[in-house]
Amino acid sequence: MSDGIIQLNFLQVALAYIFVLIVLFFLRRRGIQREKELIFASLRMTIQLIAVGYILTFVFEQPHPLVTLAIVLIMVGFAILTLFRKFKGKLSHRIKKVIVLSMTLGTLPVVLYFLLIVIRVEPYYNPQYFVPITGMIIGNSMTGISLGIHTMLNRFNHQKHEIEESLILGATPKQASNQIINDSFDAAIMPTLNSMLGMGIIFLPGMMTGQILSGVAPNMAILYQIGIMLGILGGVSLATYLFLQLGYRTFFNHQKQLI
Amino acid sequence: MYTIRNLKYNDVLTINSLKIEAKKITCIVGESGGGKTTFLRLLSKLVSPTEGTIEYYQQPLETLDSVAYRKEVVMLPQKPFIFPKTIRDNLVKGLNYHQKEINESSLEQALAFVNLAKPLSTDASRLSGGEAQRLAIARIILLDPQVILLDEPSSALDDETEAFVIKAMVNYVKEHQKSLIMITHSKHVAAHYGDTVLTIEKGCLKGSENNE
Repeated sequence: MSDGIIQLNFLQVALAYIFVLIVLFFLRRRGIQREKELIFASLRMTIQLIAVGYILTFVFEQPHPLVTLAIVLIMVGFAILTLFRKFKGKLSHRIKKVIVLSMTLGTLPVVLYFLLIVIRVEPYYNPQYFVPITGMIIGNSMTGISLGIHTMLNRFNHQKHEIEESLILGATPKQASNQIINDSFDAAIMPTLNSMLGMGIIFLPGMMTGQILSGVAPNMAILYQIGIMLGILGGVSLATYLFLQLGYRTFFNHQKQLI
Repeated sequence: MYTIRNLKYNDVLTINSLKIEAKKITCIVGESGGGKTTFLRLLSKLVSPTEGTIEYYQQPLETLDSVAYRKEVVMLPQKPFIFPKTIRDNLVKGLNYHQKEINESSLEQALAFVNLAKPLSTDASRLSGGEAQRLAIARIILLDPQVILLDEPSSALDDETEAFVIKAMVNYVKEHQKSLIMITHSKHVAAHYGDTVLTIEKGCLKGSENNE
């Protein structure tokens, strides 16, 4: 086995675009009006990744704690904005604040614990580790919170009658929302649990595949993968838990009435 | 018990001045859509007035802890929600919120009181409209509240069940010295049971009649 990865040049990558041509052929033959989207998505993916490649090269060559911090904060910020966009018009001002708080306080401690205590990166701000690992934890936490938000909004909208009946019977807002909180948490962590179950048998996870391709011994790649999966589980759970614990309150006013 | 001054709830209800006495039966009559249910929701503190005050024993409602207050003043809505579990689960739910001891024989007694001859393990979602209404009454009686706010049973119920629901409530209230404030569409019921009859129509209190 070679020590490093096979070096790719632009010409080789260009050969991979044959798959775009194949899909274009299928679309045209079946008369499906998606050609523009396909070309746009392929171009956008290419440009975005090239840009990220240059940015990461620059960041890795001149590592600095403030640059690492800025990248981490930008990632959290983008995740929050993505959530706001996804639920546009459905989120109250109060719940938006809860999303900001839980995405920040839910994911950053997990990122810091994982990088500084589990992996023990050196120097402590090493962007080569910080950037991809923060991305994975924040990305998965965003998906988890998104499922939690979706379930919670849906249930609060459709179960007003049930919640009010609980209030009438003397429940606190928390007691009246208990089942919704539990079901939303369940919905949020289910994809992470499912992917843990299938990992290594149904598919080889992305990070592990990447490491193996770049010449890392499978046993080492596995250790990293186990670690990151546990980190993702922690990030998803902590962020979602915080969101749900604070989020249900936004559906009630200070007089403990459903709004 | 209740003193109401300059009450306004959006454009739905306006009551300038009203007193409701404790340990009495107060009936509310009036056309549907006139603000009666809103009035009960205000009294149960599920919503708050946009203007004016409701005092409960000289204490403005907004200064009282809502959860503690709702344990004392319980509402039976027109269509009570029956939790999709067993009859027992439905009965126990309120007791758990009230942190009251669960005694199997008192659960059975409550069912007997509302004439619901079903095992506690029965799936409550299979009950008919009338049975569900009676289960909801049993659930409230177990909580032993001081004030019961009863919205008239849904028009989907048969006359017999409706008469039973009202009679059961009235008997319970008289026997245990509780206060009952109930909406009814029947002037006969109001005249027969009500110590006081309030008429709420088109969002206003149109009259208050004392039958004692």
